[in-house]
Amino acid sequence: MSLLKINGLTQQFGGLTAVSDFSTEFQGNELMGLIGPNGAGKTTVFNIVSGFYKPTQGKILFEEKPINGLKPHRVTAMGIARTFQNIRLWHDMSLLDNILISQHYNLGYNLFDLFVRNRRYIENEKRMRNIAMQLLEQLDLVQFMDEKPKNLPYGIQRKIEIARALSVKPSLLLLDEPAAGLNSSDVQELIKLIGWIHKEFKISIWMIEHQMAVVMSLCSWIQVIDFGKTIAQGTPEQIQNNPAVIKAYLGDDQI
Amino acid sequence: MKKFSVPALLAIIAAGTVIAAHFELIDLYVQTVIMFIGVNIILSSSFNIINGYMGEFACGHAGFMAVGAYVTSVLNIMFFTSSKSFGDPILSPELALWFFPVTMILGGIAAAFTGLLVAIPSFKTRDDYLAIITLAANFILVSLFINMDSVGGSRGLMGMKQIVFAMEDVAFIPWMLIWTFLFTFSTVFIIRRFVSSTYGKGIIAIHQDEIAAEIMSVNTNKMKLVAFMLSSGLAGIAGGLFAHILGYINPNSFNILKSTECLVMVYLGGMGSLSGSVIAAIIFTLLIEGLRFIIPAMDTLIHFIPLVPDTFHLSQVLKWVIIPLILVILMQFRPEGIMGNRELSDFFPKLKRYYEFK
Repeated sequence: MSLLKINGLTQQFGGLTAVSDFSTEFQGNELMGLIGPNGAGKTTVFNIVSGFYKPTQGKILFEEKPINGLKPHRVTAMGIARTFQNIRLWHDMSLLDNILISQHYNLGYNLFDLFVRNRRYIENEKRMRNIAMQLLEQLDLVQFMDEKPKNLPYGIQRKIEIARALSVKPSLLLLDEPAAGLNSSDVQELIKLIGWIHKEFKISIWMIEHQMAVVMSLCSWIQVIDFGKTIAQGTPEQIQNNPAVIKAYLGDDQI
Repeated sequence: MKKFSVPALLAIIAAGTVIAAHFELIDLYVQTVIMFIGVNIILSSSFNIINGYMGEFACGHAGFMAVGAYVTSVLNIMFFTSSKSFGDPILSPELALWFFPVTMILGGIAAAFTGLLVAIPSFKTRDDYLAIITLAANFILVSLFINMDSVGGSRGLMGMKQIVFAMEDVAFIPWMLIWTFLFTFSTVFIIRRFVSSTYGKGIIAIHQDEIAAEIMSVNTNKMKLVAFMLSSGLAGIAGGLFAHILGYINPNSFNILKSTECLVMVYLGGMGSLSGSVIAAIIFTLLIEGLRFIIPAMDTLIHFIPLVPDTFHLSQVLKWVIIPLILVILMQFRPEGIMGNRELSDFFPKLKRYYEFK
């Protein structure tokens, strides 16, 4: 059984074909990279998988169930979490609340329980708080628990965003340029963090990244797209020496 | 101990006022002002769900108030009084006392469903465009009641005093005061519980980043539906109380001016601050009632010193100059309102030792 299977995915915006005939497959517990020059359609693929766009054509099966056309919150509840290129935390809420609200897929109580504050409400709130606290401890973020993300350094905010994505207990984590805007020491830490998450939580990670250091040291399989088309895929070594990839990134030698 | 301090304090305030009213220590006018404070607290704190916590700019709150007012009044008149348009009472008037909260809640439910008029467009519309929709909803609801002759049309609807008298026939105590206290306190408790739960914080997440909320498994459409329906439903309850306090309603008392009053209260108190809304509602009501005395006094003053011709008089319309002016001054000097988005316990952390409010 494959974790995620994408078949012949095509997305058109008016006359522009952002993604054409994109296919990939995850068996589970792997770390894959999606790279390509600017405007290649990488984020569009992520947006389709997470439910923001309805693809023009193609099938997406997650754990054998079709997910194209589902609303983003449904997709997340099924087990695909993602982060964004520009950090999208709730900046005016405490870190703990940021993690807690992500438990919305599994509240376990309804409005009535909330208004009367019965046992079900109290127990579920406690359960969600425990999940959040456990996660914060695992990721060593407990000391920032009551801080607002906007007051924390950029590197920590990245880590919080990943922590928030992990709080929905995903089986597939999509990271959209996790290293964007980080300095080199933060990037080293991020590489360590992603590798650790991959091992510790035993989840598949799929990431878009421009910094080759990150992709080459983490990913076991890389897919390269340009103008919406897959131009190469393989192990990091194969990709590094692939002429089509070099051409896409550096251009033709003819002027 | 901490757990009971707030309910105990509120019970003492309510019981004290009711007893004072019963033994005529406070006159009817003061009682009415107290009841209006209650109505305004419901209005401002329920409006705060949308404008403060969810960060939308709605401006048609009075429309939902009108729905609540009319539904509750018509139900009560139909069931418990003999009137020209609705005929003899269906149930015995003594039962009015027991069914009053039921009809109030039915009015609230009706208003909550009219809230769908705004909630459904809000799925795809935001900001200025949603503001226009809410404005339109207010006009739709007001003109609906103007054109409904069976409920009095633009002449308004009367007969709610009879309900109050019917309740007082059962036991002669100030019932409306009791109901106002009861509904006001429950509203504040309901909103407090809602926004302090993980469920309710979903609407704050929508305010801060809707896309992030959607991706982190918050069902944004459902949350918007819940927020708008809760807000308009509570406004409907405020409307029902308002109708029975005054004993007379007119579609034009729920027009855009009433919505503006709600806006002023929310922005005066602070967006996303429940204690702010309560404080602002109290200040605002006292200010409005104060102007009733201040404007004639000013009028006498400017005629005492012969500054203006004798034919010129300051009228109560000046109220509608002063209230918007407060809004202008507020936006200039303290745009976040009295409390900002903080609560009373954030300003006075020591208070936390004495109470636990949830």
